[in-house]
Amino acid sequence: MQSKLSHRLWTLTMAVLAVTLSLPVAMAQDVKSFEQRITTKVLPNGLTLIICERPEAPVFSYSTFVDAGDVNDPSGQSGLAHMFEHLAFKGTSEIGTTDYAAEKVALAKVEAANNAYEAENLKAIGRDPKKVAELKKALQDAETEAHQYVIPNQFTEVADRNGAHDLNASTGLDQTMYFWSMPENRLELWAWLESSRLSDVVPREFYKERDVVLEERRMRTDSNPIGRLFEQFLATAYVAHNYGRSGVGWPSEVSQVSATEAMAFHKKYYTGSNIVVSVVGDVKASEAIPLLEKYFSKIPAGPKPEEMTTVEPKQFAEKSVVIKDRSQPIYIEGYHRASYRDPDDAVYDAISDILSNGRVSRLYRTLVRDQQIAAVAEGVSPYPGDKYPSLFVFFAAPVPGHTSAEIATSIHKEIDKLKTTDVTDAELAMYKTRARADLLRGLANNQGLANALAQYQTRYGDWRELFGQLDRVDKVTKADIRRVANQVFVASNRTTGQLDTEAPAASAKKDGSAQ
Amino acid sequence: MKNLSISRLAFAAPVFAWLLLPSGVAAQQSKPWEKIPVPPLHEFKPQQPKRVALKNGIVLFLQEDHELPFVSGSVLIPGGSRDEAAAKAGLVDLYGQSWRTSGTAKMTGDAMDDFLEAKAAHIETGGDEDSTAVSWDSLKADTDQVYALAMDLLFHPKFSPEKLQLAQQQTATGIVRRNDDEGEIASREAAKLVYGADSPYAREPELATIGAVSVADLQAWHEKTIGGKLIVSMIGDFDSTSMEAKLRSTFEALPTAKPPAPRHETFNGPKPGIYFINKEDVNQSNIQIVGLGVDRHNPDVPSLAVMNDVLGGGFASRLFQKVRTELGLAYAVGGGLSFAWDHPAPFRVVAMTKSESTVDASKAALAEIQGLSTKPFTEVELKRAKDNLLNSFLFRYDTKGKVLAERVRLEFYGYPADYLETYKLALEKVTIADLNSVVKKYVHPEKMAVLVVGNGPEIKPGLDELKMGPVQTVDITIPQPGAPTGAQKPGPAEKQ
Repeated sequence: MQSKLSHRLWTLTMAVLAVTLSLPVAMAQDVKSFEQRITTKVLPNGLTLIICERPEAPVFSYSTFVDAGDVNDPSGQSGLAHMFEHLAFKGTSEIGTTDYAAEKVALAKVEAANNAYEAENLKAIGRDPKKVAELKKALQDAETEAHQYVIPNQFTEVADRNGAHDLNASTGLDQTMYFWSMPENRLELWAWLESSRLSDVVPREFYKERDVVLEERRMRTDSNPIGRLFEQFLATAYVAHNYGRSGVGWPSEVSQVSATEAMAFHKKYYTGSNIVVSVVGDVKASEAIPLLEKYFSKIPAGPKPEEMTTVEPKQFAEKSVVIKDRSQPIYIEGYHRASYRDPDDAVYDAISDILSNGRVSRLYRTLVRDQQIAAVAEGVSPYPGDKYPSLFVFFAAPVPGHTSAEIATSIHKEIDKLKTTDVTDAELAMYKTRARADLLRGLANNQGLANALAQYQTRYGDWRELFGQLDRVDKVTKADIRRVANQVFVASNRTTGQLDTEAPAASAKKDGSAQ
Repeated sequence: MKNLSISRLAFAAPVFAWLLLPSGVAAQQSKPWEKIPVPPLHEFKPQQPKRVALKNGIVLFLQEDHELPFVSGSVLIPGGSRDEAAAKAGLVDLYGQSWRTSGTAKMTGDAMDDFLEAKAAHIETGGDEDSTAVSWDSLKADTDQVYALAMDLLFHPKFSPEKLQLAQQQTATGIVRRNDDEGEIASREAAKLVYGADSPYAREPELATIGAVSVADLQAWHEKTIGGKLIVSMIGDFDSTSMEAKLRSTFEALPTAKPPAPRHETFNGPKPGIYFINKEDVNQSNIQIVGLGVDRHNPDVPSLAVMNDVLGGGFASRLFQKVRTELGLAYAVGGGLSFAWDHPAPFRVVAMTKSESTVDASKAALAEIQGLSTKPFTEVELKRAKDNLLNSFLFRYDTKGKVLAERVRLEFYGYPADYLETYKLALEKVTIADLNSVVKKYVHPEKMAVLVVGNGPEIKPGLDELKMGPVQTVDITIPQPGAPTGAQKPGPAEKQ
């Protein structure tokens, strides 16, 4: 599986093909040459490594893709996967501590103090405020005790000092990703850092970090009108599946998750078979694979966690949520659609492209350019996740003087058109051409490519599907589009979400009272 | 996929937390990561683009990149929104939007959309603070056709009243929505405090000023700027020799480029004090502490960059360590003294915290700014900041595209082509004495303004606790066209 094709040959092949062959054929050839630059290895603990050699500059990017996100948060613990992601920046038993043995004892006391505090504080009957205050004080004391062993942010400090670039992580509903770029001579250092934080997690500063995450929730959701609308919209659209649950967490839940729960989440989901690590850049697979194996083998084996079995029941009545707010109006509507594994996955992409991609798209031309009722109008999918059946969502912002009702009418007309009349040959061809070109353009970015390889490896069990998807794109027909539109875009399958402007209450003091 | 993640909004720095540890703490036993070998970096000479200076002053850059079968290009034109008339604020933005959507006499913008998208190609125009640009990209096979079309658009636009009107409507939508998002309000109003509400670097287009823009204005702007010193850059899968010949045939015969008019600007910085904007649909305050920064010509910039890293440059920065990690008061916190290429950028520190902790977070952030002069920089801190900056320096030129973009930028602002190298050398030489000196010279907390956007009734204790004088309320009412200046007629667009 080792890649030996030289970079020079790769570029040469690309250049020649681009001139002499039509794009579809050229792509097939690209994939072949690309495949030879990519090496995969499944370690005994089940973890999959992917290396892609792209020696354009002496740097590499990596992506760790964990097949678990907030959709996997246990009931009553929404936001836990994201909380854990924050914990993964807090260091290990070796980094971020002055004395782990003593810190471990102190952290156990923090946990016990937290349990005692929560137990009293959450009592429905007989809650004793005095006792709550005492227990809260005891928790704070225990935290102070534990804090004396902490070297704050040492994990990220070491990464930063060694040239880490765009260091970050993201927790989605479906997955958690960790990533950064680094100079190539830090590959081994990175392997140590990354494998350590995945396998050797310490619930350090957990409760302080929970406050930070609550601030993140305030920023993204509570204090953002569109954030508020989308949270309510999803909660309305779903009745059973966790896609309807706040990803960052409902305030009462994310404010009460415990370090013990976060560690349990880690134990269950951060096993080798649930993780793919990809590296793209100036690395040689023949050298990198043994090196990475040495470090990433320390991640525990453990079975692939069971898949969620909840399936959203078929929606049988239209639903809507209307928020009266002080902001300008926003209109959204969503329709349940199949998951990415459905044979029609590419058909949804085609519909989204034809409706929404650029100034040629139908929604732009109709709602924005001709009717001039919307500043932006798009229909995209999948949302809010891609792993499970999700939604095809339309989103529009009315221009001043126009309403969400007008927007809805126009969107429905466009939908009817899709149902009753075939899209044009030009539209379908445009979708296919752009899908190929966009994929090709993405290859020139180490980080983007690392993310994509890890994602496709996880979702399809084979990164080659990153290119293989083009077969599905090619097979989309006009009849498919009509069929899927008729199947999905029906009123009983629809949820609308609307933000209506409400003037501030007349009694509100104009300048507030922050003084 | 949604991005619920650790933010890098922060920028600053490190080591300070060491000093916060209780004394007598045992040193870390072993540091296994320090035993991991770091071999010498693979040799790397970033490929520089070919620069061609034409006799008329126009400059061409050609950067071959054969990895993928694409070709893209751009023409950068001096002159931007800071040069537009105040009464027509928004003109350059409208110009940037409707230039491309209008198209040319040969091909309308709509027809161009169809033609290009069928080839997965793009031509776009845009307007910025100091420049406008036409840019394009396509598969290699379509290079000639797309280039010809881009040049037709560059030299022969035909501005259409319908497309101007569409752009006006889009911009108006932005204006009436500009008070919906707390962060947008905060950064906009903070810039006004730094530069003055009427400054070309801070003023906002209004419904009346965009309504005053006509097709004749767009045409006049085009004629005024197209004769300037254009910078043409191309990157992709082409042969430089033939591409140069192609560019020469387009640009060589143009008249001598007109030099830009000299700028006479003064920057006084904010009027110190505490400013407040009430927004009752939020539960988090956006705190902005602002002052005046410098421009990049300033020789102290390398020292300031190191200072910034210590103050607000990342997880290990003083602000992040204190306000986020230690106090748990913010998810997003960071900032520093910025430098623009040809005018002073702001000093700005930002923190977002729940309403009730507004005063605590403000005090904590202010204390870190003050601490730049009172809490001595340590050698450990200096080393860490320099490691951060120097070991990631590579990412400024790790793609051929970045190298090209940097060269275009340096050319545009009149910096030497080896600026990055000399800047890096200067960073390496920064000392603690340099840090102390720049703090003394440029960080003046007493000249700074603090702006809070937040939910007034929830902010307890109140902002007067900051002891920065009377809290001054900023009026962000959106003026309605036709209403006399300063009028506060409630209308559909008015938002508090």
